[in-house]
Amino acid sequence: MSDDIRQQVRTIVAEQAMIDVEQVTPDSTMDDLGLDSLGLVEIVFAIEEQFGVSVPYNANEPNSEDFDISSVKAVEDGVIKLVAEKG
Amino acid sequence: MRRVVVTGAGVVSALGIGYDAHVAALREARSGIGPIELIETDGLNIPIAAEAKGYVGTEHFNRNELTLRDRVTQMALTATGEAVAASGIEISDELAMRTATVIGTSMGGQHTQDDNYRLIYRDGKQRVHPFTVPKLMANAPASWISMEHGLKGPAWSVSTACASSNHAIGQAFHMIRSGMADAALTGGAESGLTYGVLKAWEGLRVMSKDTCRPFSKTRTGMVQGEGAAILVLEELEAAKARGAVILGEVVGFGMTADANDIVQPSLDGAARAMGAALTDARVDPSEVAYINAHGTATAANDKTECAAIRQVFGDHADRLLVSSTKSMHGHCIGAAGALEMVATLSALKSGIVPPTANFEEADPDCDLDVVPNEAREADVACAVSNSFAFGGLNAVLVARRFDE
Repeated sequence: MSDDIRQQVRTIVAEQAMIDVEQVTPDSTMDDLGLDSLGLVEIVFAIEEQFGVSVPYNANEPNSEDFDISSVKAVEDGVIKLVAEKG
Repeated sequence: MRRVVVTGAGVVSALGIGYDAHVAALREARSGIGPIELIETDGLNIPIAAEAKGYVGTEHFNRNELTLRDRVTQMALTATGEAVAASGIEISDELAMRTATVIGTSMGGQHTQDDNYRLIYRDGKQRVHPFTVPKLMANAPASWISMEHGLKGPAWSVSTACASSNHAIGQAFHMIRSGMADAALTGGAESGLTYGVLKAWEGLRVMSKDTCRPFSKTRTGMVQGEGAAILVLEELEAAKARGAVILGEVVGFGMTADANDIVQPSLDGAARAMGAALTDARVDPSEVAYINAHGTATAANDKTECAAIRQVFGDHADRLLVSSTKSMHGHCIGAAGALEMVATLSALKSGIVPPTANFEEADPDCDLDVVPNEAREADVACAVSNSFAFGGLNAVLVARRFDE
């Protein structure tokens, strides 16, 4: 289940970064992948659409602890948590 | 006084993509009005429009570009690309600071608004795409033009309904003439053929179910259109110094408000706008050979406009050629004035006056030579282009043939 979520998140990230999904590693940061603030907002939108969750992300507080975007793994963890909370 | 010339023009309209296609259709009296194909028409009472059917965004932009650009911006950028290439203008770092971007649009990114509002109101979705705001905002076309061409001078959008692009071109012209800018990209874009916008127009009961017949006694109302036209304006000496081909000279601009009614036109406001434009141009009414009319094919406009022309031009009105090219490219609202300025410039340059198409029967209330159905060869040294907006905001441009 969670591996599947991780893979889906990476696919979303790869699509926005316009790279192959294999190039998206857990340690990659959004900066590493060349994603700007608009790209990040699109990723959040795609995650919400795909998983039916509401992501507590505010572009004015990108470092807020509500939703950690410091790395791909952090985003994956955040999505797994949100999906679990949804039940 | 500094003089201002047009050195390039680009067009997307129901008559085709590009200046040449637009002008060729005007000369052939070919109408771009037909059944709506761009959107679902189930439920529309009036399923006709002047759609830019040949314009497909994916042929001009990649996926990422389309993510951020509504159809109105796409059309504006395509027309701008053509205008800049045609003019041959090179925007140096220095000129970039002195180049204005003034773009008319009445309603901005209506496809974005319609598509996304439908998702939340009808489909019960909880969210819209994150770029909905930057796509639908009315200044998006102006902003994208400045970004794509690196124009760093004054830039803004003008929204005065059907007069938007005449107001835009007029202000760009005045800025160059006064020395506030040395060049400008100006004109207008509109892409409001959406279900919501068309329903709104249906509500006003001014739309034709068959076609647009300006000045014809058998007229049945206006037909909505979409498109974009962008002009490159330059200060004359700079244009000459670089050997630019000059399409025509902008010599006057007049604007007035009716201060009367939110939809009904006013003879007084229209006449004062034409008078103000001629005064600004230092042109005597007897010098004008052609008027590209506002000519919406509504009873209210056509009668009022003809009476206003008579008031301003007196006996000379009987020697004027007056045509409405909306009969062919439809009423493109915020792009109307710019598309019509292209028609006007082509008449100045070629001596071929575009006709009023779809004309059937003379109307005693519009007893001017409206150039019915066939283009006319004429010696046009000076021409006027009228735009009279809902809300009583009038904007009139005067242009001259450029003789070296």
